Amino acid sequence: MLMPQHPDPKPSEITPPEVYAARRRFMTGALGLAAASIMPPALASAGPTGAALTFQRNAALSTTETPNSWEDITTYNNYYEFGTDKSDPSENAGRLSTRPWSVTVAGEAEVKGSFAVEDLLKPHALEERVYRLRCVEAWSMVIPWVGVPLGEVLKRFRPTSRAKYVAFTTLADPRQMPGQRSSVLDWPYVEGLRIDEAMHPLSLLAVGLYGRVLPNQNGAPLRLVVPWKYGFKGIKAIVKISFTEQMPPTSWNRAAPGEYGFYANVNPAVDHPRWSQKTERHIGSGLFAPRRPTLPFNGYATEVASLYSGLDLKRNF
Amino acid sequence: MVRAVVLGGRGLGANPIAMVTDTLGLWGLRLLLATLALTPLRHATGSSEWLRFRRMLGLFAFCYLSLHFTMYVVVDQSFNVGILLEDVLRRPWITLGFTALLLLLPLALTSTRSAMRRLGRRWQQLHYAIYPAALLGCWHYYWQVKRDVRSPLLYAAIFAVLMAARLWRKRAAIAQRLSAAPAVHEAHDVR
Repeated sequence: MLMPQHPDPKPSEITPPEVYAARRRFMTGALGLAAASIMPPALASAGPTGAALTFQRNAALSTTETPNSWEDITTYNNYYEFGTDKSDPSENAGRLSTRPWSVTVAGEAEVKGSFAVEDLLKPHALEERVYRLRCVEAWSMVIPWVGVPLGEVLKRFRPTSRAKYVAFTTLADPRQMPGQRSSVLDWPYVEGLRIDEAMHPLSLLAVGLYGRVLPNQNGAPLRLVVPWKYGFKGIKAIVKISFTEQMPPTSWNRAAPGEYGFYANVNPAVDHPRWSQKTERHIGSGLFAPRRPTLPFNGYATEVASLYSGLDLKRNF
Repeated sequence: MVRAVVLGGRGLGANPIAMVTDTLGLWGLRLLLATLALTPLRHATGSSEWLRFRRMLGLFAFCYLSLHFTMYVVVDQSFNVGILLEDVLRRPWITLGFTALLLLLPLALTSTRSAMRRLGRRWQQLHYAIYPAALLGCWHYYWQVKRDVRSPLLYAAIFAVLMAARLWRKRAAIAQRLSAAPAVHEAHDVR
C-alpha cells in the first residue's frame, strides 16, 4: 500500500526500543568517566521513558523504514510554545501539566461540550503507526506514533452537513508555555484541515510515542499527525476542536502567507520561497549520507492524491 | 562546533550537519564583526594596539566562513551541481551569503605584508569590501531564519553601531575641517 522510496529493512531487522536502549546503556557505561565528566546527568540515559501504553500495531498503515531514535525524536523539536531552538521544547516542556486535560468540541456538530481527554479516547483502540515526518525546513524523520484515527473520534460528535473544515487550537498559558511570552507567533497556535482530510484513515490523533505516553515536547497529551503534510500542520497540546463552514485560520499561514499555505501538502515541485523542497536531510542518517529526494505527499500519494484532484497544488500550497 | 563543545558534551544533536554549518556561519559572522570593532575601539581608547589583531581576526572569519560554505556544498548537498546552482542563483539568501564570501576572498588573498606593499593605496580601497560583506552576512542570516529574527536583528544592530561609529567620527573630522575653513577665509579677507 505504501510506497517507500528506499530499500526497506525487514520488520525483523528493526531494532526494538528495549534493545537499543540496552545498547545505549552499554555505550554510556563504556564511555565511563570521560562521558560522565562532560555529560549532564539527565542526558546520560536517553532511552524511552514514560508509562507504557497498550496498543495494536497497524502494519498496513506503517512504513517499514527504520524509526528514528527516541533521543532524536524527543530532543529535536519545533514547538515554539517552549522556545524557538530545536532543543528548547525538551528543556522547557517539563512544566506543562497534561492531567487533568479537557478538550472543547464546538461548531457545526450535534454533540458539543467539554470532554476529558480520557473520555475522548476511551471508545477507541490505540494503534501504533510508523509514519514519515517531513518538516517544512527540509528535514525528515520516521516516527512510531501511538494514537487513534482522527476521523473515528470526529464522527462521534456527529458533524453536520455544514461542517466543511475542522479547526484545532493549542493551549494558551504562558506560565506553562514560556515561549508564548514572546510574540514570535500569534498565540494560541491554530491549525485546520478540510473535513475530508480529517476523515482520511491516515489522519491520526496521537497520544504516544514508541509505545509510551507522548512526551510533552512532542505534543502531549493529544496532538495531530497528518503524515502527507509538512510537520507544522501537526498541532500539539490540543484543547479545542471546532467544526466550521469556512476555512479556519492557521498559525503559520497567518505569520507568513506567502511562505506557508493552508494545505501545506509535502510537494517537491513547490519550493518554499526561500529554500528548495526537492530534497530532505534525513535525521539520524549520519554526517556523510546524501540528502534524499522528497516525494509528493511525503510518499503517501497513493492514499491521498485523490483528495486533491482538480485542485491547483502550486497555487494551493 | 564550538557551541557544541561549549554546550558541554551534548554532542552535535540530531542534525549534526545543520548544527555544524550554522555554528560555523555564526562564528564567522561574529569574527567578522569583531574585526570591524577594532577601528572604533582604537578611536575610543586611543590605542592602536587593537589593530594588531585585525589581520588575524579577519583571516579567522574567512576561514570559518569558508568552512561554513564547504559544509553546505560538500557535506550537505554532496556537490549536487544542479541544486547548488539553483540555490545560488534563485535563493536570495544563498546569493547574499555567496556574494559575501566572494567579496572576502580577495581580502584574504591580499592579507600579506607584501601584497599590502604592492597594492599601496589601493589595498585600503580593496579592503573596504569588508563593509558590504558584513552587511550581506547579516542579511543572509536574517533571511535564513524561519520566524524568530531576534538573533539576526541583534547582529545587524551590532553592525549598524560599528558603522555608525565610523560615520560619527568622519562627521566630526569634517566638522573640524569646516570650522577650520572660515578661519582661513577670514584671514584671506583681512589680507
